[in-house]
Amino acid sequence: MGNSPHTDGIVAGRISADAVADNFSDLHPPLDDHEALVAADRCYFCYDAPCQTACPTSIDIPLFIRQIATGTAESAARTIFEQNILGGMCARVCPTETLCEEVCVREVAEGKPVLIGQLQRYATDKVMAEDKHPFTRAAPTGKAVAVVGAGPAGLSAAHRLAMLGHDVVIYDARPKGGGLNEYGIAAYKSVEGFAQAEVDWLLQIGGIEIRYEQKLGESITLETLQERYDAVFLGVGLGGVNALRAEGEDKEGVRDAVDFIAELRQADDLTKLPVGRRVIVIGGGMTAIDAAVQSKLLGAQEVTVAYRRDKSAMGASEFEQVLATSHGVRIEFNAQPVRVVGNGKVTAVEFARTTSAGGELAPTGETFEIPADQVFKAIGQTLTTDAGLTVERGKIAVNETGRTSVSGVWAGGDCASGGDDLTVTAVAEGRDAAMDIHATLTGEGA
Amino acid sequence: MADLRSEFVGIKSPNPFWLASAPPTDKEYNVRRAYEAGWGGVVWKTLGEEGPPVVNVNGPRYGAIFGADRRLLGLNNIELITDRPLQQNLREIKAVKRDYPDRALVVSLMVPCEEEAWKAILPVVEETGADGIELNFGCPHGMAERGMGSAVGQVPEYIEMVTRWCKQNTRMPVIVKLTPNITDVRYPAQAAKRGGADAVSLINTINSITSVNLDSFAPEPTIDGKGSHGGYCGPAVKPIAMNMVAEIARSPETAGLPMSGIGGITTWRDAAEFMSLGCGNVQVCTAAMTYGFKVVQEMISGLGQWMDEKGHNSIDDFVGRAVPNVRDWQHLNLNHVTKARISQDDCIKCGRCYAACEDTSHQAISMSADRVFEVMDDECVACNLCVNVCPVEGCITMETLEPGMVDERTGQVVSGEHGDWTTHPNNPSVVAAE
Ligand SMILES: Cc1cc2nc3c(=O)[nH]c(=O)nc-3n(C[C@H](O)[C@H](O)[C@H](O)COP(=O)(O)OP(=O)(O)OC[C@H]3O[C@@H](n4cnc5c(N)ncnc54)[C@H](O)[C@@H]3O)c2cc1C
Ligand SMILES: Cc1cc2nc3c(=O)[nH]c(=O)nc-3n(C[C@H](O)[C@H](O)[C@H](O)COP(=O)(O)O)c2cc1C
Ligand code: SF4
Ligand code: SF4
Ligand code: SF4
Repeated sequence: MGNSPHTDGIVAGRISADAVADNFSDLHPPLDDHEALVAADRCYFCYDAPCQTACPTSIDIPLFIRQIATGTAESAARTIFEQNILGGMCARVCPTETLCEEVCVREVAEGKPVLIGQLQRYATDKVMAEDKHPFTRAAPTGKAVAVVGAGPAGLSAAHRLAMLGHDVVIYDARPKGGGLNEYGIAAYKSVEGFAQAEVDWLLQIGGIEIRYEQKLGESITLETLQERYDAVFLGVGLGGVNALRAEGEDKEGVRDAVDFIAELRQADDLTKLPVGRRVIVIGGGMTAIDAAVQSKLLGAQEVTVAYRRDKSAMGASEFEQVLATSHGVRIEFNAQPVRVVGNGKVTAVEFARTTSAGGELAPTGETFEIPADQVFKAIGQTLTTDAGLTVERGKIAVNETGRTSVSGVWAGGDCASGGDDLTVTAVAEGRDAAMDIHATLTGEGA
Repeated sequence: MADLRSEFVGIKSPNPFWLASAPPTDKEYNVRRAYEAGWGGVVWKTLGEEGPPVVNVNGPRYGAIFGADRRLLGLNNIELITDRPLQQNLREIKAVKRDYPDRALVVSLMVPCEEEAWKAILPVVEETGADGIELNFGCPHGMAERGMGSAVGQVPEYIEMVTRWCKQNTRMPVIVKLTPNITDVRYPAQAAKRGGADAVSLINTINSITSVNLDSFAPEPTIDGKGSHGGYCGPAVKPIAMNMVAEIARSPETAGLPMSGIGGITTWRDAAEFMSLGCGNVQVCTAAMTYGFKVVQEMISGLGQWMDEKGHNSIDDFVGRAVPNVRDWQHLNLNHVTKARISQDDCIKCGRCYAACEDTSHQAISMSADRVFEVMDDECVACNLCVNVCPVEGCITMETLEPGMVDERTGQVVSGEHGDWTTHPNNPSVVAAE
């Protein structure tokens, strides 16, 4: 007892258990039946719909919304899952404001898109709540495929392969499946253990075995997988974190945002999770926003996101930025960290003011300090396992169907070249690689 | 998964969803796209006799009625039958049927009311390999002025005569398409049956004027300052069509006559309703014209889901299931008592139910100072107007009083016995019979 947002240092229990529970509840509460009907009614059933084109998994959005409108949410869910087996998670985490909803004709016309993401959640939740799995496996092909990584890319590939009749073994370094769905996504986007429930539901297809705490490069190697299986898919994500390259980075109180978020996601009791009084998050993407907002929700008094370029260059969408500022997070643009200040423990970060007009980043000569007792680094993740494959711009080089430089090995998701680092993109890439693997193994492809 | 395959008067199709004879089926290009999109069959746009084809107006053909958010509810048209040469249509029909042997292809026909005209066209249609013919006795504008279409469909004797000519001169199944622009649809249906029709299809479009331009004082669509009545179709006509279907299904003279249901079918549910009233399949025009051919995908998935949920394995399991429940008013159970129930959790306090009941009905809803709306059982006659005006689906429901409960309005105990008008003491003919 006794801690508050004003307590100095990195401490737990800044706000009451009730306040924490409230803060970490569903960001967008699910639509009820009436809300879903009203929302679905707004869809025009566009021809060659722009929303569908904008969806990385190309879900037939007009069709599934019409199926909701006609009272057949189960058919709607099937339409979604046919394209995106993690349609439930994507409905929660997709930045729809930069994908489907951005181009919805009703966004263009009225500034109010059809609530595609929430309708997707309505349909998928309904089917998953009934614990129904819409697909069955094809006859066994006798082929076996190894998938490394149980994140969105790996799960999507595994499901599709299992559905097509192949046997799949997934290897994951962690003790739980889901990848960043379980360890990374902001807690208020995936409440009530949804990530694990989704993995369990997905596995109902059958034919998929997950072996946990099996790390490629340690307990297993690509060579042995290639020997033992007919094909290998790598969906290992980006496990490493970029260095700040600022002096004093190793001071106490400085840590990687993704580690903090993983700890937060795995915490049984968020009132026991320590957070600083004054928190600085360095970075400009979704991870930075998530770390900042969740710090604030845990009771940090002052939270600043410091980004070295201007607003227009920020990776986090306008919606994410507003989400942060509406929670009281301050976003400091054109601030490049030069030095972490403090005697052993961090007490402040010194920044250089930059200009980034025209894309060229340059210091203006001005420097300033922001006090802090905790600093999170969120300046991008890096590939940790390339398994000896060709790498281009920090990622495993693949073609459009996920083939790597080595025959018989495919890759997709964050670890592979091409596409945005998003859950939905990982799902699309896993699915497409699975289709190519299937075509290759059954002799239908080149 | 439910089996959606359909067999209608011997014509097979992978699902019961056909496109009605209209612009969507006017030519090879459209019909191929329709089949690719998943339609089970089409009725080709009505063909006329050999010779110079009819011409259409070159100004607007359609008028429309909209619901909220500009949702198209009713469409009116002044289009005629095909305006393309007969031989071209026949060539295209043959080519399409050859490439899609598993889909239904029925050809709609309208030629003058002379036996020679029908004798001339039937063999050339048969030669295309088409699965059947539909006689267009329905088109209410233009063609009717020339003694065809609804001019035939309004005279039962003509229907019978032309149907017989067709049955005598072709081996193809003959479907007679009925016009709703009559007083009692049972008579034209009976005539079709007497003439030997394999089935009837209904409805064609309803005579209508959708709007009047108040600047030019002309009906719309307006062609150079003038307008003509058109044919009305779309969601707005569904209730009219369903009643006509039910009348034919439950009339002893025509019961069991195969029917193809048409009129406002837009979703799987509309189709299931028509079929439960006895239609072996359905035809769609306006929904395809409003949303494109892809709309059939929702019909297919929705009907399949519903059949699975209800345990109907095939279409025959539910076709006609509602027919025995369509009755004359006099046979409705007057001892069945219900009361409106407002779910306070769902109510958004708009007050529409109150206005409806207080101003126009039975003053059975109370409104408190803080806008709580409640049904007063001692006034509620169970008309369910409030249910229909409430904007929140499922917010107001009708609860059935169990036998033994007291109807607070009448003070009478609800009887478990059936009691209808035929036995009611207020019925003068009951008294007379005593
Ligand atoms: C903090 C944060 C928030 C995010 N928020 C969103 C969001 O709101 N919306 C959105 O669309 N995207 C978001 N993303 C991005 C999204 O999470 C990723 O794009 C997505 O998870 C990528 O999926 P993946 O399957 O490629 O990789 P991951 O999800 O990273 O999964 C990789 C899996 O591989 C395993 N693995 C790694 N290395 C090995 C190895 N050597 N051997 C065996 N297994 C290994 C890991 O344990 C993990 O399970 C966020 C990312 C972060 C970091
Ligand atoms: C523009 C238009 C043209 C039509 N032409 C024909 C026709 O040539 N022959 C015919 O039998 N019915 C014709 N119809 C009627 C339709 O086939 C159908 O019976 C009617 O539109 C009702 O169905 P719906 O509510 O699904 O549109 C036409 C309808 C429209 C809208
Ligand atoms: S763009 Fe918008 S209105 Fe059009 S189909 Fe997509 S969700 Fe519906
Ligand atoms: S729908 Fe096509 S043919 Fe008709 S008026 Fe519009 S552009 Fe012209
Ligand atoms: S119409 Fe429906 S929502 Fe409106 S006050 Fe009545 S019960 Fe409530």
